[in-house]
Amino acid sequence: MRFPSISRRAALRGAAATSLLAAPSILRAQPASVKLGILQPVTGALAQDGELGRLGAQLAIEAINAAGGIKSLGGAKIEMVFADARSNPEAATQEVERLQAEGVAAIVGGFASPICLAASQAAARYNLPYIVDVGVADSIVDRGLANTFRFAPGFGMFTSVAISNLAKLNEAAGKPIKTVVLVHEDGLFGAGLAKLMNTELPKIGLQVLETISHPTPARDMANVALRIRALNPDLVIPSSYYNEFVLLARTMQQQRIRPKGIYAVLNGAASNYRFVKEFPEAAANVMDCNHWYHPTNPLALAVKKQVEAAGKVMAYNVPLNYSCVGLAADAIEHAASVDRAKIITALGASTFAGHIMPYNATKFVGGQNQGAAPVNLQVQGSDIKVIFPAGFADAKPVFPVPA
Amino acid sequence: MNKPTLAPVAVLLVVLAVVPAFAANTTINFLVSALIVTLAAQGWNLLGGFCGPFSFGHAAFFGTGAYVTAVLQSRYGVNAWAGFAAGIAAGAVVGGAIGWLSFRAGLRGSYFALITLAFAEVFRIVANAVPLTGGATGLLLKLDVRPANFQFASRAAFAWIALGCVVAVLALSIAIARSRLGAQFAAVRENEDAARALGIDVLATKLRAICLSGAVTAAAGGLYAQYFLYLDANIAYGSWISVEALLAVIVGGIGTPAGPLFGALALHALGEATKLFAGAITGIDLVLFGLILVGAIAFAPAGIAGSLHSLSARWRR
Amino acid sequence: MYTPSIIAEAVVNGLLTGAVYALVALGLTLVYGVLHIINFAHGALLTCAMFAVWALSDGLGLNVYLTIPPLAVLFLCLGYGLQRWVIGPASHGDDGNTLLVTLGLSIAIENGLLAAFHADTRTLSGDAAFDVVELGPMLLSRPRLIGFGVAVLVAVLLWALLAGTDAGKAIRAVAKEKMGASLAGIDVRHIYALTFGLGCACLAVAAGLLMPTFYVNPRVGNAFVLVAFTIVVLGGMGSVPGALLGGLLIGVVESLGGLFLGESLGQAGIFVLFILVLLLRPAGLFGARA
Repeated sequence: MRFPSISRRAALRGAAATSLLAAPSILRAQPASVKLGILQPVTGALAQDGELGRLGAQLAIEAINAAGGIKSLGGAKIEMVFADARSNPEAATQEVERLQAEGVAAIVGGFASPICLAASQAAARYNLPYIVDVGVADSIVDRGLANTFRFAPGFGMFTSVAISNLAKLNEAAGKPIKTVVLVHEDGLFGAGLAKLMNTELPKIGLQVLETISHPTPARDMANVALRIRALNPDLVIPSSYYNEFVLLARTMQQQRIRPKGIYAVLNGAASNYRFVKEFPEAAANVMDCNHWYHPTNPLALAVKKQVEAAGKVMAYNVPLNYSCVGLAADAIEHAASVDRAKIITALGASTFAGHIMPYNATKFVGGQNQGAAPVNLQVQGSDIKVIFPAGFADAKPVFPVPA
Repeated sequence: MNKPTLAPVAVLLVVLAVVPAFAANTTINFLVSALIVTLAAQGWNLLGGFCGPFSFGHAAFFGTGAYVTAVLQSRYGVNAWAGFAAGIAAGAVVGGAIGWLSFRAGLRGSYFALITLAFAEVFRIVANAVPLTGGATGLLLKLDVRPANFQFASRAAFAWIALGCVVAVLALSIAIARSRLGAQFAAVRENEDAARALGIDVLATKLRAICLSGAVTAAAGGLYAQYFLYLDANIAYGSWISVEALLAVIVGGIGTPAGPLFGALALHALGEATKLFAGAITGIDLVLFGLILVGAIAFAPAGIAGSLHSLSARWRR
Repeated sequence: MYTPSIIAEAVVNGLLTGAVYALVALGLTLVYGVLHIINFAHGALLTCAMFAVWALSDGLGLNVYLTIPPLAVLFLCLGYGLQRWVIGPASHGDDGNTLLVTLGLSIAIENGLLAAFHADTRTLSGDAAFDVVELGPMLLSRPRLIGFGVAVLVAVLLWALLAGTDAGKAIRAVAKEKMGASLAGIDVRHIYALTFGLGCACLAVAAGLLMPTFYVNPRVGNAFVLVAFTIVVLGGMGSVPGALLGGLLIGVVESLGGLFLGESLGQAGIFVLFILVLLLRPAGLFGARA
């Protein structure tokens, strides 16, 4: 029973932090604090991710305030106004209304695409700046909402990078991979990804033997494993959420299915330290194309230490939210105002460099950060290493995986 | 429904009509959500409360209303109001189809409840898979604020429309309760065999009830789509709305025309109130919600309308 | 396109999974058959049992199968208490109210677990989950084989209990004719609570059998409840052998459906089967015609 005590402690610390943050606004000498809405699903199906997102946002706010707050506003502190999206778009919309009523300068978060879609649209009614932390659906930025910005890469970017990196990887290893089986969850991201993969993989000379979809939550992966065994592909490309991927990887290990590689895309588990720690054998050498923190950025490593000290894992939600809050603060700094139109202008012109992601220079076009890019990761030993692109990599790929 | 319970309803409706003019958007938002659930619950009540069959799957109607409203607009360029009307009609049709299949097979009680649940689940899985509904990506209605487009700059306008729907169905419910149809519903609810012996066509009566019920709940779905402008299979056909519709009716007072309104408002108010007590630990508010629900049923088993009724009866005595 | 050995393995996998489904459904069908209520808290209680197994096994280091007997007794008492002092009195014998009370309980339990354990998904650590038994060309998971054996054993024991003991006879009497049983001197409230307790004990056993290969989080029970409902209907509401056979059948249907139709459509298949059974044979495949 390690987790509950730690989380209780974390909650207490969170409460202490918010009371500390609230204190300065009472003192007349201090400039009024800037309210920042943090929207995450901390109850319901996505609660696990929402908690990590909240942690990232909280650490960023603490760091910004410790460094003197928003200097162009006389050192105003950032005050977190937290909103629980309850894992559904309706609750998220309602919480946006509440955040609006509380007078936040901007909203950061959302996590899941449906939540981001609904919440950013609700915020658009008030011209309230909305920064998407994770939501990968491309429709989030394709709608032309002026208030919505996405710092991280979207779906289209993910697939093209994932596929071109896979082609390079295969090329460099002497083309050991010829056949592929796709396993995906039947929701938004898995199904969309599988469709794109089916059209793109043949173009790089890979044959898709079969596309296997499964529901979330899935109770059993034995059949998926059986089918993979029957097809005997060189490569398995899974895109599922954490629990299902863990079930699949464990079942594959049990059934002694050892393809030349497991190449996950946007997978909740393959780039999660918990998975690596709890099931080192099943996780060994799994590759993933995903969001990740900059592995050689000292600030990123410092944040990772803080996260681990809190008994949590440095999943991608943490650095993304950390960076998005930084982006919001930077925009407010440049706007020198909490005026929404000015913040939106500042976001549109942002060249924010204080983030902890392995991205090129920040540049928003139509709300999408063009500098963003996913990276390729691989579980090596007990660690997760960045193996692609070379500029950010801290390890060489192990590919094909030795039998 | 007699005079003593009508008075509080009238007062409540007047308050609800006045509030949006002054209230903050968060309050209106709360109100609109509660009114949408009220409408869905009124639909449930027309079938379950008036005529008898308990449904666990009103999501099937809610989702159909929502999807038809949304799909017609976003894919076929149909006007939003026309789409809304089509959604209501589609709800009636789906109601009729489910009713025809299951009532003809003689399903009653838990069997009927379970088959409605299964229909809603099948709809959910299909809506999650087919391209027409946007699959798992969901369906986003374009933000285009024009009254002709069923989108309003002021939230109050929407609250009044939702309230208008609720009042219309309330009036319809009262009218039905006093009509020959209402008497037939009641006869079928109390004892099907006896009703049949009295010469009532039980199947036809139940079908009327489920068509009406489906149409009203579909209207709630259409309103939902227009208000939140986003739909996916889990919202439209998810079990949450089946549960809320039934919960509101039973909490408010089953079979009473005003029960759904009392129930939905009370449940939503309770949900908000427990959020205030929640503090830092996630989940505590819903624990309170669940426990208060159990407590409320333990001490007021007839629902709010029923309790009001017996209270006023005792008072006059 | 699949070799016979793969199909055979899928069938066996389906049977192994189905037995544990059956155990979850057993509790539900028992409560339905006797109390005539649909227990909405069933999934939440299963989640609760799974957390209990996890806490004892991962926290205190007990062997997972050794947690089953004490937890079964604990859940028997818990279920008895819940029905006797909470659900029974709070619902005043009205079906609609019972529904709401169990719904309220499930909301409270699920979120209580969320508050206590957070939303994190937990699995049992250790390698026991990976043990396999080689049977010809098949690699069968040892924990699942154990699960199958225990689930069938529990179903048989329960059936024997209902058929052979005084308490069982009283339960069957109450299920058939509540009023008559009451007139014959049977304490109906006691029997109701006992039945509910037995249903919960089944869940505790199922939890112990599931945990070695599955995960737990505060919402996990929901994944099993709809399937359990399907099994209850398939087997005939209130029938113990029906639930066992129904569970095995659903396990195989799900497994083969998943193999040939894909996992997602396979799920829709279960519900379509469910609707067809309700429409064509509402007493269940194995039940007597009502």
